[in-house]
Amino acid sequence: MMRYLAGRLLRAMLTIFLVVTFAFFVLRLSGDPALLIMSVDAPPESIAAFRQSWGLDQPVWVQYLAYIGHALTGDLGNSMRDGRPAIQLVVERIPATLAITVPAFLLKIAIGVPAGIYAALHRNSLADRLTMVLSVAGFTMPSFVLALLLVLLFAVRLGWLPSSGADGIAYAILPIVTLGAAGAAILARFTRSAMLEVLGQPFIRAASAKGLPWRRVVAEHALPNAAIPTTTIIGFMVGTLIAGAVVVESVFAWPGVGRLLVVAVANRDLAVVQAILLLVAATMVSANIAVDLLYGWIDPRMRQVPR
Amino acid sequence: MNAPLDAPLVQAENLVRHYRVRRGGRLFGEHATLRAVDGVSFALQAGRTLGLVGESGCGKTTTARLVLGLLTLTAGTIRVDGEILPGAGTARWRSLRQVMQMVFQDPLAALDRRVAVGRQVMEPLAIHGIANAGERRERALAILHSVGLQAHHFDRYPHELSGGQRQRVVLARALILSPRLLVCDEPISALDVSIQAQVVNLLLDLQAERGLAYLFISHDLRMVRQVSHEVAVMYLGRIVEQGDPDLLFAAPAHPYTQALVSAIPVATERGRKRLILKGDPPNPVSVPPGCAFHTRCPMAVARCRAETPALRLLDDGRRVACHLAPGMADA
Amino acid sequence: MTERAFTAIPRPIERSRTARFFEAWPPLTLLAMAWVALMLVVALGADWLAPYHFAALDLKARLQPPILFGGTWRHALGTDELGRDVLSRLIVSIRISVLIALFGTLIAATLGTTLGFVAAHFRRSVEWLILTLIDFQASMPFLIIALAVLAFFGNSLVLFVCLMGLNSWERYARIARGLTLSANEQGYAGAIRQLGASSWRIYGLHVLPNIASTLIVSMTITFPETILLESGLSFLGLGVQPPLSSLGNMVGYGREYITRASWILLFPSAVIILTTLSISILGDWLRDRLDPTLR
Repeated sequence: MMRYLAGRLLRAMLTIFLVVTFAFFVLRLSGDPALLIMSVDAPPESIAAFRQSWGLDQPVWVQYLAYIGHALTGDLGNSMRDGRPAIQLVVERIPATLAITVPAFLLKIAIGVPAGIYAALHRNSLADRLTMVLSVAGFTMPSFVLALLLVLLFAVRLGWLPSSGADGIAYAILPIVTLGAAGAAILARFTRSAMLEVLGQPFIRAASAKGLPWRRVVAEHALPNAAIPTTTIIGFMVGTLIAGAVVVESVFAWPGVGRLLVVAVANRDLAVVQAILLLVAATMVSANIAVDLLYGWIDPRMRQVPR
Repeated sequence: MNAPLDAPLVQAENLVRHYRVRRGGRLFGEHATLRAVDGVSFALQAGRTLGLVGESGCGKTTTARLVLGLLTLTAGTIRVDGEILPGAGTARWRSLRQVMQMVFQDPLAALDRRVAVGRQVMEPLAIHGIANAGERRERALAILHSVGLQAHHFDRYPHELSGGQRQRVVLARALILSPRLLVCDEPISALDVSIQAQVVNLLLDLQAERGLAYLFISHDLRMVRQVSHEVAVMYLGRIVEQGDPDLLFAAPAHPYTQALVSAIPVATERGRKRLILKGDPPNPVSVPPGCAFHTRCPMAVARCRAETPALRLLDDGRRVACHLAPGMADA
Repeated sequence: MTERAFTAIPRPIERSRTARFFEAWPPLTLLAMAWVALMLVVALGADWLAPYHFAALDLKARLQPPILFGGTWRHALGTDELGRDVLSRLIVSIRISVLIALFGTLIAATLGTTLGFVAAHFRRSVEWLILTLIDFQASMPFLIIALAVLAFFGNSLVLFVCLMGLNSWERYARIARGLTLSANEQGYAGAIRQLGASSWRIYGLHVLPNIASTLIVSMTITFPETILLESGLSFLGLGVQPPLSSLGNMVGYGREYITRASWILLFPSAVIILTTLSISILGDWLRDRLDPTLR
């Protein structure tokens, strides 16, 4: 187990390192930031000064090492637009993103998992079919379409909720529902197939053949086993919280990290884009490691020390 | 350097194939050596059959793949017609496919299920650029006929044929290049018992017609006895006994051969002394010191644990690697 | 699967020919096929099908509603704020979106399959490198990578299509590598290599045809993903750039008029949903027919 974890940590660090390297080289390949930021007819002296202040006059490998060194100390450079540290800009936005993604995450689990279990236990019933239809819709409907349909219904037609902005709890409802609904559909479908897979196993037949009541078969044998793959997908969803919020935050003008990313991309504010890239990579990687740790707790097979 | 006229078709000397494996436990577990084949020598004359027997994992299949040049040797040499076997993938290795071919254990897996069997039989000709399309078809039909299939099988797909018919197709594909050596890796063990005899008889007929040499790998001792001119018994990567099949099976000299022979089911069970092996063969990563068989040998003495027995010639012409074999007391 | 599973005995039932036909070709699948075919026809024949040029202005008929909502046949799906015909814009947008998704999917399939073959063929450090790339791609949400690349390189149609082609290449790489390894290990690929065949022959003539059905089923999964990704980026204004228009652009543009002219965004939204849904349905049906082992 320890060896396994050490291997995972190594891979995680490698992933982060790859992201940093990717960001750096793509950054340098993408053209001269001095010319990007300064207007073309800026005086040569000021362009040279700009280059010097950003370290652009050094050889590439010096820039790379300096970049890695700075990244390790949490310094990802300043936003090329308003001059503040990129990392600070990003950190400021995190609470707003969490304010919609965490409730949405809980909503996904609260709806998706029970719906999936119910559908699996009542296979081919009306409820099962409805769950499947809704979950297919969740797969195939882009989140911006769902968001706009909700706006059209609840903000434009009914006038119950504001359509965009961030002035209180009412503003958070539609973003949360949008994020939660799509995730719940995916989770329901996944939970259902995980349950069906477990219910088809011989040990379930054995348990019910020895006379155990169906309710106990489900509670003691089926659910714990179906929990293992379901935990994986939930863990993966934790990692995609920020990425998933990109579109929804933009639709609702919600001032989170996702919207910051879209604005930064549109403005080609590279330092901010890199900071968010690293934040996303770190989230994904930590979520994956957390899932691995959870495995040890849920799956007794993992507790044994592998040979 | 001309090979002598009676040089064997295949001369294998001290074949060794080791694998580096990583032992679990620590983060960067230490490396260990898996001795899949550990000093195997034999010679195979044209038109003869060498049977290779042993439990699974004893190195039979690795030996077969080494002989074909599909695996690289850790040490030792293989000569084909006196010429050292070239490395896999080289041009010379490719052209040697016309001398040596292989028959597989599972014919369904060895065939491409999306290609009609006739085209698969023709494929070796296409690969080696032999003959034109029309002639290839003629030759494929002829070879299919000689392995007992009809022209209407040409356009069938593997799943439409029976297991025995598929193995005939695999044979036809191997034979279309007119090789002189056929390596048969458990060629009948995946077939129904009723089909096994047919395929074995076909192999014997083909040998008589074409003067083929077989390296015949099997764990079915009775089949091996029936087809082989010589038999080698392998245990943990080494040959422990080798010789004339009738001698070897009638009076096995090595305790391991005795155990294998006594495991053959016979009709007259009464009064027969059975030697039953306990446990599994040891892990080839940690081969026991001395005689590798001493951990399971009912007759082992102190010497067996200390000293590895060499393969020695007995009076009757076979070779045995056992300190206690009869006629070896002097050693 | 409840207790019914133990008692159910398959009964031969006399069925009519139509019933058997619909069993092999479910009505939903037929509808999905029809829709996908329609989208392909629209994508290929957009220039002939569009009643107006997609950028033609009709300032006298701005924000016209579609027919059935008080509109006229002159602009069957209404017009936008500049009086541009929504139907014509929709047709041209379908072409852009479908073609981008098609090329993206083909690029991803070609790239991924090739890398999978390369990994399975060379093993060792080459395989390790490709597996690391696969891990990297799978562990980062592609939307974020795509946004980063767009931020760094700016946008052009060629770059954008290539970017869509980088989406989910790792799925094909995994499949191609896994199936090639098993084919090499015990199966037909090893047998054919043993015959002296070149790698081109093995991968091109034997392995590829054998794994083609699995790859095609995977394409039905990645094609809708690519449409969603493209339309999402275009919706954000970071994908297809004006004057060109994709379905995502149309929705993004229509968002401004959601209160006054919701049809501008509803039609392209419906097309996106129906297209991704149809291909998913087709994919499920194909998977059951071609490759029941997949998922």
